[in-house]
Amino acid sequence: MAGTKFTVIDGGRAAEVDAVEGIALAKRAEGAGRPVAVDLDERAAYLGVNAAERAKALSSLEAPDFALPDLDGRRHSLSEHRGKKVLLVAYASW
Amino acid sequence: MITVAIDKSAEDARPWIEAAKPAHPSLIDTTHVLADLYNLVNVPTILWIDERGRIVRPNDVAFGTDTFKHITGLEAATHLSALRAWVRGETTALPEARIRALQSLPTDDDQRARAEFGLGEWLFNQGRIEAAARHFATAGELAPHDFTIRRGTMPMRGIDPMGPQFREMLGAWVKAGNPYYRPLAE
Repeated sequence: MAGTKFTVIDGGRAAEVDAVEGIALAKRAEGAGRPVAVDLDERAAYLGVNAAERAKALSSLEAPDFALPDLDGRRHSLSEHRGKKVLLVAYASW
Repeated sequence: MITVAIDKSAEDARPWIEAAKPAHPSLIDTTHVLADLYNLVNVPTILWIDERGRIVRPNDVAFGTDTFKHITGLEAATHLSALRAWVRGETTALPEARIRALQSLPTDDDQRARAEFGLGEWLFNQGRIEAAARHFATAGELAPHDFTIRRGTMPMRGIDPMGPQFREMLGAWVKAGNPYYRPLAE
């Protein structure tokens, strides 16, 4: 596998590394209790965030901050709305 | 108000946003950032967040209109009047212990499903459609109640999310005694 490219997606960002390093990163993340999805044929791995960490944040009742783009690609964050009441609505075209 | 479309691309959400001409931020979440942070498993999902950035109403199901009332049994007015009263300061938020009791927290399998989704979504955007579909299928098996995955990935698997395959999936789910929408049990 050495010399072969491998993509590791961590924190939503994809980085290309050597396959040996990529597989090691995925194993290390798994060992640290993170959910990991690997596709050896496609030479890619996605490192997620574990349930305990997400559950801890949600049960603190501090609304997790996020920044997402609008149709024009302009990013907006939840924290920009501090000081105002926010109705957060998730919907979809499906 | 902040609205977030959980869709495969901005183009999928564009017609709705352009028709609504919203004055509020109307955002697009193609990689399920919000679903992951807030444990969203279906749409619509709404939350109330107060001036201090605290969750005062956890994930709930509410519609802005009665278009789907015949299917959902949920009246838009119920949520809208509660929302108005909260915004005007006529009601106080639920006690924190009650909010926590109403919250649904992610399990290990939910987060494994989201990792499989994340890999599938990346592969899909690399043009690796069949590989992506395998990861979406695995994700759906890990979190069968997560319709942001099971239904939300249908457009990336060449399946009509309003079509017979959706109705078949929904029918089997409901027949097994599971709810499609999970409004807060207040």
